[in-house]
Amino acid sequence: MMRGHPANSSIVARFMSSAPQSVPALVLDQVTCTFPGRGSTRAAYTAVQAASLTVHDGEFVSLVGPTGCGKSTLLNLAAGLQAPTAGTVHAFGERLRGLNGQAGYLFQADALFPWRTALDNVAIGLELRGMPRSQARERAGDWLRRVRLGAHAAKYPHEMSGGMRKRAALAQTLILEPRMLLMDEPFSALDVQTRQLMENELLELWAQERRCVLFVTHDLEEAIALSDRVVVLSAGPASRPIAHYAVDLPRPRDVQEIALHPRFVELHRAIWSALKQEVMKAHEQRDV
Amino acid sequence: MSNAMSERAEHASRRPLWPWQVLLLVGLFLFWHVLTRSEVLPPFFFGEPLQVLGRIWDWFASGRIFPHLGVTLLETLLAFVLGTVLGLACGLWLGLSPRAARLLDPYITAFNSMPRVILAPIFAVWFGLGIWSKVLLGVTLVFFIVFFSVYHGVREVSPVLLNNARMLGATRTQLLRHVYLPSATGWVFASLHASVGMAFVGAVVGEYLGSARGVGYLILQAEGVFDVNTVFAGVIVLTLAALGLDRLVTLVERRMMNWRPKVQEHDLHG
Repeated sequence: MMRGHPANSSIVARFMSSAPQSVPALVLDQVTCTFPGRGSTRAAYTAVQAASLTVHDGEFVSLVGPTGCGKSTLLNLAAGLQAPTAGTVHAFGERLRGLNGQAGYLFQADALFPWRTALDNVAIGLELRGMPRSQARERAGDWLRRVRLGAHAAKYPHEMSGGMRKRAALAQTLILEPRMLLMDEPFSALDVQTRQLMENELLELWAQERRCVLFVTHDLEEAIALSDRVVVLSAGPASRPIAHYAVDLPRPRDVQEIALHPRFVELHRAIWSALKQEVMKAHEQRDV
Repeated sequence: MSNAMSERAEHASRRPLWPWQVLLLVGLFLFWHVLTRSEVLPPFFFGEPLQVLGRIWDWFASGRIFPHLGVTLLETLLAFVLGTVLGLACGLWLGLSPRAARLLDPYITAFNSMPRVILAPIFAVWFGLGIWSKVLLGVTLVFFIVFFSVYHGVREVSPVLLNNARMLGATRTQLLRHVYLPSATGWVFASLHASVGMAFVGAVVGEYLGSARGVGYLILQAEGVFDVNTVFAGVIVLTLAALGLDRLVTLVERRMMNWRPKVQEHDLHG
């Protein structure tokens, strides 16, 4: 079931016809998420309201929106880390209660366990699932090599650079072969060069397995360069997806080169005009 | 420029300080010796360093000190281990269940602010004059140090780390074992140095108030006959033993906490 917005339904419909999947990987249906008030004001805060979003298997979808628009809340709802106040979340056809076992989550902040080496950090998911330690570490070694950290297996997180830590975190998540990958501005803390490298590596890894990805970012260029579809969220509070844009750029892509593609520029202009209004709204609200 | 500065800092920190530390100690004893020998300070009350050192030498040469020191160390170690384990367990438990924490809060505050040394006679009545009354006194002292540091530490476990572990499939018990406990070791070690001293206080005060063995007992005996030199000798032996234990904690800490960035390295490169 898809409840697209009338204005964008044609794009969505076109997208759906090009990817005929039986069960969508993720369906957020009219979800609302209200947080109880805190501090002096005590006013409840509604981060997202009546938000609907469908992500198909194998699809790479980016969420963009002004700061404080509930991007991370949507991601947490999809992960099951946050329960919706109203509405439902379905993952691969099943109603989500508790954590989403099909999803891997890449956090914005560093989430590696500081007391574990790179190798043991990558192995932890398998260990938690009861795989014998030696076997888990062997598989973790393979994954470290896949993210080009083979030589740094014995390093602790504090001995690694930001880019290395992100790669290790990626391996830590991907080793469990999640059917769905949720990413919360994973590269925002990296410098531009490292970031572009990581984006290309992510695309390469994604192309190998073609799992569905829900990628949150505040960087429109990143969103277009990586995604099959870019979803613009309205300014918070009570934000929700307001526009969908199919990114019909050729793959495989290189994030630096694709930015020069005429279609990229076109898409950027179109999405930015929608996004800009929301950014302005967000600014006005904050100034008041 | 920063490179040159860091090099200089590194150089300065590498220069060994121990000769100066030894010199300071020798100077202090010399000062003590001169003051008491010249009777500026009456030797009857302040002792004489040469005789104090002689007494210590005597104890170790004859081996007479070992049963006493052994008992005191055993009491200290038991108090230290039991207090730490209990403090860790209770700190984790109350840190993870806010309801229990709210329920027990006034009792914890009361028990913590109570001068617990006063429990020594009660423990002596309950557990006799053997080692257990001393161990228990030490446990009550050590427990709260470890308990509070773990209890407050649990609330500061990074929520991102917890969420990550949950998304990677950790159950509640696995969260405890793989996130809370490793985080807790950091807070425990921060409190262990203080705990070692407290375990010693428990053992010695316990002995002092009633026992048949231990360094505290030796000190009590010597005081009874106004033998200040032996009292000082006992104090010095206890101090050395405490230093040794503290060093041991540092060694274990270094081994177990090797995942943490070294402070110096962090300052230079961070």
